[in-house]
Amino acid sequence: MAEFGAQFLEWSIDIAYVAIMLSFALTVFRLLRGPTLADRVVALDMMALLGIAFIGLFSIATGEAAYLDVAIALALIGFLATVAFARYIYRGALAERRGTDISDAGDDS
Amino acid sequence: MIDFISALIVLIGAAFTLIAGIGLFRLPDVYLRMHAATKAGTLGAGLMLLALALDAQQLEVAARAIAGILFLLFTAPIAAHLLGRAGYLSGSPLWTKTRFDELSDKYDADGRKLTGTPVEDLRRDATKPDDRAT
Repeated sequence: MAEFGAQFLEWSIDIAYVAIMLSFALTVFRLLRGPTLADRVVALDMMALLGIAFIGLFSIATGEAAYLDVAIALALIGFLATVAFARYIYRGALAERRGTDISDAGDDS
Repeated sequence: MIDFISALIVLIGAAFTLIAGIGLFRLPDVYLRMHAATKAGTLGAGLMLLALALDAQQLEVAARAIAGILFLLFTAPIAAHLLGRAGYLSGSPLWTKTRFDELSDKYDADGRKLTGTPVEDLRRDATKPDDRAT
């Protein structure tokens, strides 16, 4: 039973690698295709999540728990990047509504 | 046995990750795509970390993995909300088959504040039968 479990875990990890790579390819398509900037940022956010999933799998496969710290740092960076991009889009939208330059959009958001 | 359970969790996580990718590829507008990426994507990554927590069988690894899952669960809705609001205000088009847009005309000219029905009116309206669908 224990041997079968270990074998099954190896197969599952291989299947999951394939699923993540397929998902990554679809996400890259969305990143290149757009059509709006918000779509591309959603794709970038998804890429960070896929990276976390991949690192988690790699950590299970190698038995090296140190990679977990990389995954947590990637989650933090992905969140901050998404927030920064969202603010950038928002300020651009505000400036466009006023017909001014993006630097005049003010501070509160 | 633990191997078996983590393998099942890895498979479920892989399925959710793939569904998120397909959703991102196929869905028609940015809000629906965000729905796929945020919910299914977060669940996929979170399940991978959960499988790692089970598989490592060490308290310190499990604690870090669960901290990572909690971080994902806390930040994903915030990021999606900010991005959806920014996308809406920057004029990302809604799907052509969208039935109604409850935010239309509710933002002021600057796009900074929502102007809408005061809360008291909403409470009063809630007692009436819903006539929006007609």
